[in-house]
Parts: sequence; C-alpha cells; structure tokens
Amino acid sequence: MTNHYIDLKNSDVILIMGSNAAEHHPIAFKWILRAKEQNGARLIHVDPRYTRTSARCDYHVPLRSGTDIAFLGGMIHYILGNDKWFKDYVLNYTNASFIVSPDFYFKDGLFSGYDAKTRKYSKDTWVFEKDGKGIPMRDMTLTHPRCVFQLMKKHYSRYTMEKVSSITGVSKEDLTKVYAEYSATGVKDKAGTECYALGWTHHTTGSQIIRTMSIVQLLLGNMGICGGGVNALRGEPNVQGSTDHCILYGNLPGYLKMPVASQDTLAKYIEKCTPKSSDPQSANYYQNYPKFFVSFLKSMFHDKVNQENGFGYSWLPKMDDGAAYSLMHLFDEMYKGKIKGLFAVGTDPSVSSPNTTKVRKALENLDWLVGENIFDNETYCFWKGPGVDPAKVKTEVFLLPASASMEKEGSQSNSGRWVQWKYKAAEAPDDAIPVGEITIKILDAVRALYAKEGGACPEPILNLKWDYKDLKGRFDVLKVAKQINGHFLRDTVIEDKAKGTKTEFKKGQLVPTFGMLADDGSTAGGNWIMAGSFDAAGTNKMAKRGKDDPTGLGLYPNWSYAWPVNRRIIYNRASCDINGKPYNPKRKLLEWTGETWVGDVPDGPWPPQADKQKGKYPFIMKQDGLGALFGPGMAEGPFPEHYEPLEGPLSKNPLSGQLINPAIKIFNSDLDKVANADAKFPYVCTTYSCTEHWCSGALTRWQAWLLEAMPELYVEIGDQLAKEKGIQNGERIRVSSVRGNVECVAMVTKRFRPFLIEGKTVHQVGLPFNYGWLHPKDGGDSTNFLTPTVGDANTFCPEYKAFMVNVTKI
Amino acid sequence: MEITRRGFLTLSGALGSGVALSSLGVNLGPAKAYAAEINKMQRVMTAKQVTTVCCYCSVGCGLICSVDKNTGKVFNIEGDPEHPINEGSLCAKGAGLFDLTEANKYRLRKVLYRAPMSDRWEEKNWDWALERIARLVKDTRDKGFVSKNAKGELVNRCETIGHLGSSNVDNEECWLMSVACRSMGLIYIDHQARV
Repeated sequence: MTNHYIDLKNSDVILIMGSNAAEHHPIAFKWILRAKEQNGARLIHVDPRYTRTSARCDYHVPLRSGTDIAFLGGMIHYILGNDKWFKDYVLNYTNASFIVSPDFYFKDGLFSGYDAKTRKYSKDTWVFEKDGKGIPMRDMTLTHPRCVFQLMKKHYSRYTMEKVSSITGVSKEDLTKVYAEYSATGVKDKAGTECYALGWTHHTTGSQIIRTMSIVQLLLGNMGICGGGVNALRGEPNVQGSTDHCILYGNLPGYLKMPVASQDTLAKYIEKCTPKSSDPQSANYYQNYPKFFVSFLKSMFHDKVNQENGFGYSWLPKMDDGAAYSLMHLFDEMYKGKIKGLFAVGTDPSVSSPNTTKVRKALENLDWLVGENIFDNETYCFWKGPGVDPAKVKTEVFLLPASASMEKEGSQSNSGRWVQWKYKAAEAPDDAIPVGEITIKILDAVRALYAKEGGACPEPILNLKWDYKDLKGRFDVLKVAKQINGHFLRDTVIEDKAKGTKTEFKKGQLVPTFGMLADDGSTAGGNWIMAGSFDAAGTNKMAKRGKDDPTGLGLYPNWSYAWPVNRRIIYNRASCDINGKPYNPKRKLLEWTGETWVGDVPDGPWPPQADKQKGKYPFIMKQDGLGALFGPGMAEGPFPEHYEPLEGPLSKNPLSGQLINPAIKIFNSDLDKVANADAKFPYVCTTYSCTEHWCSGALTRWQAWLLEAMPELYVEIGDQLAKEKGIQNGERIRVSSVRGNVECVAMVTKRFRPFLIEGKTVHQVGLPFNYGWLHPKDGGDSTNFLTPTVGDANTFCPEYKAFMVNVTKI
Repeated sequence: MEITRRGFLTLSGALGSGVALSSLGVNLGPAKAYAAEINKMQRVMTAKQVTTVCCYCSVGCGLICSVDKNTGKVFNIEGDPEHPINEGSLCAKGAGLFDLTEANKYRLRKVLYRAPMSDRWEEKNWDWALERIARLVKDTRDKGFVSKNAKGELVNRCETIGHLGSSNVDNEECWLMSVACRSMGLIYIDHQARV
C-alpha cells in the first residue's frame, strides 16, 4: 500500500475493484465503512460478481473478468476528454510534459521495439529527448505532439464508451457514473483511493492494471495524499515482509536486483543498477544503490569480504540474462525432470499452483522433498494422493513440524508497511520449532558437510555469517532482526553538513537510518529498507505501542515501525503544492514551515521544489523525480494496453490485432493446453476465497469451526445460466476446462449476471480455491485443475482470475 | 462507553454479576455457562497476557493470548482492544486463532519421514532428519552445480534444487531463508507473494 489501512477512513471516494474487501479483509473494510460514516464517502464496487462488498457499497458495477485495463483506460480517456485532471499536480509532479523520442510508436496493439520471436521488447525507444545537460526536455504547455500528455491522450482516445462497454460488458450508463464520480476527486480538497487484491494481480496483465490505476491517481492528484493512493489489500500475514526480504528469484532483500550473468563484476552490476540523473532537482534516491548493496553483501559475509575480493559478489548466483525462475518455471522444469530436490516451507502448491495435474505429476519426479509446516497438506503427501501409486514414487519426503505464529517471537509487516513485533505466548508442541530455527539447523548441517568434505563452490556456504543462535542453541530472533537493521563495522563519525552536526558511532552499534549505510565496507545491513527499525541504542521500534495521533489523521507514528524511516504515507511531499503548502488544509499530512517539514516523516528533508536551489521533486525514488505517466518499467509497454486473457471468449481483441499480452511467456508442455474462444468451454471462470478459509485452506481446513461454516467446494452460477443448463441449486455438477475438471456443488444465485460482449451473451461462473483432497475427505479437490500455467509478463503472477470452462450435470 | 480491556475485566470481576456482563453484550444463558464464563474470566484475569499479530490476511490485527501461568499453555486468544487497526474486533478466522495452537489435534508434533516407494509416514528424530537432508542437499548441489552457463559466463548456481518459502512466517525467518538460499546458489526461489 502507498498508504495504510486506517487511512482509508480519510477518503472521499473509494473504488474497490479487484477485491472483495468485506469478506476477505473484513477489518480493513471497517475503515472503508468509517469513511462513509464520517465523510459521507462514496463507495464503488466494480467486480464480476455481486458480493457482500457490493452490498455495503453505494453501488455495484459488474465487469467481465480480465477487462480491467479497458475499463480504466476508458477512465483515463474520460478524465482527459472532460478536463477533470488536476492541472497543478500533473504539470509539476508528473512527467506529462516530457518529450518522448521520435522513434517511439504504437501500432495495432504493439509498441515500438517488439520482437515476436522472443516475445520481448527492446525498450530503446521508450525514452525521453534530453537537452545538452542530459535533462529530459519538457513542454509545460503540454501541446507538443510528442509530449507524454499528448501521446497518452492519443493512446486512450481509442478507449471510447462504446468500445469499453463492448469489451467489459459494463453499460455506458454505469461507465459514465463511475468515471464521473471518481474523477470528481481531481481537485485539491478531495481524495479518491483504490483498493485492490488478487482480483487485479491474478491476470496476464495484472501489473499493467495496477499501473493504469496509478496513472489515473496521478492525473487526479491522488498520490501521496491522505485518503488517496493505490492500495493493495494483500492476502497473507507477512506477504509484505516476505516480499521485502525477497524470497523471490529476481531480487535480494530490499528489492536489490538479483545479478545476471553478463554483470560479471561488481562494478558492472553497480553501473547497471544505479540510476543517474543530471537534473539537480531530482533526488534520484537510488543513486545510493551501491551503499545498500555493499552493506547487504557485508551482512552476508562480514569480515570474509572486502574491496579486494569484490565483497564476495562473484559468490552470488547469477541468473541468465532475460531468464526467469518463478514458481511456474520451477514446476515446468520439475515436470521435465530437471529439478531433483525441493523445499516447501509453509506452502501447498499441490493445491495453490496453477494447472494442478502438471504440478502433481512434476512432484513425482523429485528425488527428495523437505516440507516445513504446522499441518500436513496435499503437497507433502502427494505420494498418496488421488490416482497415485506410492509404490511407484521414489521421492524421499521429510515433514518437519513448525511452531505456529503465537509460539514464536518476531515481526510481521502488514500491507500498510507497519512492521509489528509479536511475542512468544507458549512453547510449540513436542518437537516443533520455529521455521527460522529449522533453516538455521539445516544449513548448519550442510555447512558441516562442506567443511568436512569440500565440494562445489563451497565459499558462499562456508563464509556466510551464520551465528543466529542463542546460548542454548535456539533461534535468536533479535540477533537476526538487528542484522537486518544493520550496524557499523568500525567506529564512524557521521557528519551532517546541513545541520552542522557530527555524530559518533562505535563499532557494533546499530545504524539508525539507511542514510548512514556506506559502500566502502564499513557498514553491514541485511535489508536497507529496514534500517531504522532499531535506534542506535538498540531500542526495538517495531515493538512500540504508542497511541498518540498528533495529526488526527490516524497515522499513529509511535505504533510499531513503518518502512521507510517510519513514513506512514509514501510520496507524501506530493500532498503539498510546490511551495510546501498542503493542497487540502483539512487533511494536513505535511507542511513546509520555511525551514522544515512538519507532519508525517517527509520523503526526504529537502525544501519543496519551488526552491530551485535546494528543492527537490516529490517522487524521490524515480530517476527523474516525477510520477511516471510514461516509462520503461514494464515488460509490455510504456502505456498500459488492453489484451484479452490467455483464455477468453473472443477470438479477436476489439481494440487491436494483438489478442493476448505480447510479452507473456507461453509454456508448452503436453499438459499446457489452451482453449480460447472454444465452443466446448463457453463460460468465463474466475476463482476467489471466502471469509472462513485462507488461501489453499491448508491451515483453515483443519479447524472444525471454520470448516463447519464452509465445508466444501462449490461453483457459483447465475440463475439464467443454471436455467439454460437445467442445473438446480445444491446439485453436484462437473466444472471442466481443457486441462482438467472438478466435481462440486452448484450454488445458483443472482450474483452472476450474463454480460453482453461484442454483441453476444457471455456467462461467467466462479469457484473458491480453498479445498484439497487430504482434508476434509469429502470437501472436493483443487480448483486449480482448471487453471492454465501462465502469468503476468512482469511478475509471473498466475492468471487464476480469467479462463474458460464448461459446466455439466454429472 | 470508553473502557479498556483491563478496566472491563476489573469491572466485571468486581461486580461479579451476570447482569453487568449481560449489559455489555455477553449472553450468559444457563447457570452452567455462567459459571464457566466466570471461571474463564478468573483465569483470564490471572493469566499472563501476550500480544501477537494475526496470521491470516495482511491487515495485521492485534490479538492477546492468555497463557495459564501454571501450565504455560495458551487457553484463550481474542482481539486486542488497544490495537489501533482492529480495535479489538476480528474476522471469523482471526476469532478462531486459538484453533491453531496445540489444542488442535491435527498439529504436526514430530518429524515425519516417508521413504522411497513407501505408503506411510514414520516418526524420526531431528538429528537423523537433519543429517539425511544435509546429505541430500549436498549431493544434489554438488552434482548439479553450474559454474559457467552456456555462454561461458560465471554463474555459480544450483539449478536442481527449488525453494518455495512462505508469507506466513516472520520477517527474521524470511531473511534467513533468503540469505540461506543465495549462499547455496539456488535460483528457483519463490513463494506466495507471486501466488
């Protein structure tokens, strides 16, 4: 989230799209309702299905799964065409005025630089023209035909009401209603926010859906303000933290980039990863990248590495250039027999990964599998699953008992970036220990073998700093937390020239802020964004429970710790005009007094940008310092464009000749079948959760109270389709895709209504994804037998939310 | 009515009356339930209270675990009224968090092992399992380790072991996993952030 949960109460218009917040984030929804109670906020729900969220919103607008970019692209068209954009903000805080390269173009669904063979873009033309000093050229009148504003206007002029309505199935009246109501927040004293969840990320175009909304928010001046932002209601208790620490193939802790093979030296890597800006008003904060990266290497290897040995850079694994190693790639390789061993910690991919048939077949190819969890699940005992003969499965499987959440001390980060400390309430039962301790013990045992026997590339294993146990040999969580925060490796004096102060720090003292991390090997910091979670004296700020709320806006600056540097709303300098005066004095998040900022922790100490000497632009993490309406960050283009899901009801994209996202990877094993616009699978299908279960149900299905409330798999079908098919409510039926099928109970409701798409009636159905064969015995198996192995072009988040099925009576 | 949790407990305990509790929205029903409730209240009052954070969605609701001082066991978990986000309230899953403690009969308590071609789990001890896992990791890694890729570039990676981590463990545990994987040269590293 750019903002945080309590801040939802400060909004005037809340667009909930790609989320069923009332059922999946009930406590977050309390703050959404509070906005309605306290500010008279309008609540809008856009979703294929009418849910309990719809029931509590002012109104519900159904749209066909997978057409969100078309819907939001129409909103951009509306905002620009009806002059609803916030001019002061757009001119000063975005790159609307930048002049784009003359070589850039967009034609029939493809941007310049596309290579159909590799399904990838060269981004050479997605750049700006620069002046003699290397600063992007701007036209503040926004009339230059190649300025971002004009190119954007042209791009989205194709997203007319008629076109958008025909693609999404939303009536023109409903489109106008949402667009008008939401774009009314494009003024100084109104805030609009957006809440999304898996309903946006689970698409081949997921990242670009979110980017489209970010563009809307920049155009309306809703970024960086109270009650604004783009807010992911994420689905797991520490998914923010697990992402921050990057147990992900492409990043190292703190979103540092995983090195690739062509970056064969530290210098080359640093050069590639450190952005440069010639504009003195751009803080370009990532110019500090080398400090964060070298401090990370020092946290891994401490005194074993130094300038001479490149801080151990050569020991890090390197990815091949342009390659990806996601969950879907992993199972694809495992299916081919190339993966021999797998760790599966607190996860149940046998239920939760797309294309279950392929995943379960792939697991049979493993030599060994190590599971760590508090309950057994369908992945750990795949060898005795439906249709599997254990006598033919060679895999050695270990299932290690783990402590539950309340049985261990440590921190969890919520979606609003609040890192909250929790304490150990009781011992775990019998032999169960925390996952952290399991990780330590396994690597201890591996290290012992390498120390004794040698082996392939032993240096990173043996030189790793790995002393995170207490005197009793148990997991010492505070030691790890402090290592993540970072510390000085030698006595250091930090001089603040602006303030005219000098502060001394002793070797071993904790680094109080990431601004003090260094690239010369004098600091170690396990994750730079967490520097400051302790103060230099060792006080754990994550454990704070202060209830003071000085701004009255619900920031609670002394409750837990929010990264970065306890900033509660990021990009907050954009809540003020160029002189640092709040756009909306009623919700004063931040104000420049002439000498300093007061309010939330500002995005940097510099004066506001009207000060041409010392002032900085507000979006300090962007190379150019400004909100990017146009930019090279995404795999499939500098402007989001509507493409159909991999599997959809249409054989032609109504907007262009490019049917599906041109940059997605196509997996092509014999089990990766696709049936687009196929009469055998005529219905759009989506998947979701429910209040009583969580994710694959791997925790909640073992709980009698929750299971009693939601006992088994069902498919929700609109009453019109049910009538057509002769299906009764409560009847057991089969749902099938070209990849597989599940049997379940039919739930016939009025909550799914057919859509009119390109002149034809299209029905949609939906299933929860919370069930698996292991427990309960008669609860149904994984919904993912239906879903395809395909993901977003940037994130490889699977497309669970839009694919094609048939429903038949058994 | 502005009332803190401790104040609520003191108030209801001091009054010792079902009427007061009923007025606060607790339906006591029959005398047996009443006695059980009072007994639980007394246990709560004398319990060690430990704060925790919910382990389901990412809202980060605060909870209070009541731990019996004699047995060291958690016997009650409820919303933390002091917590600024949830203000004591919880959803159906959070309200049932107690069912994740060892009170749940399905919790894993022992190291389990399934041998090749076997149709059952067998119990093992930690030492045996760690030794065997380390052996498998090392042999697999050494055999499949790639120093240089097809282009001859130094890549120092292990392509034959995958690691799926979790969004349902603490930050410190995530960081350890992230670092451990890199030290072993793993590249197939992923978890629920993508799912």
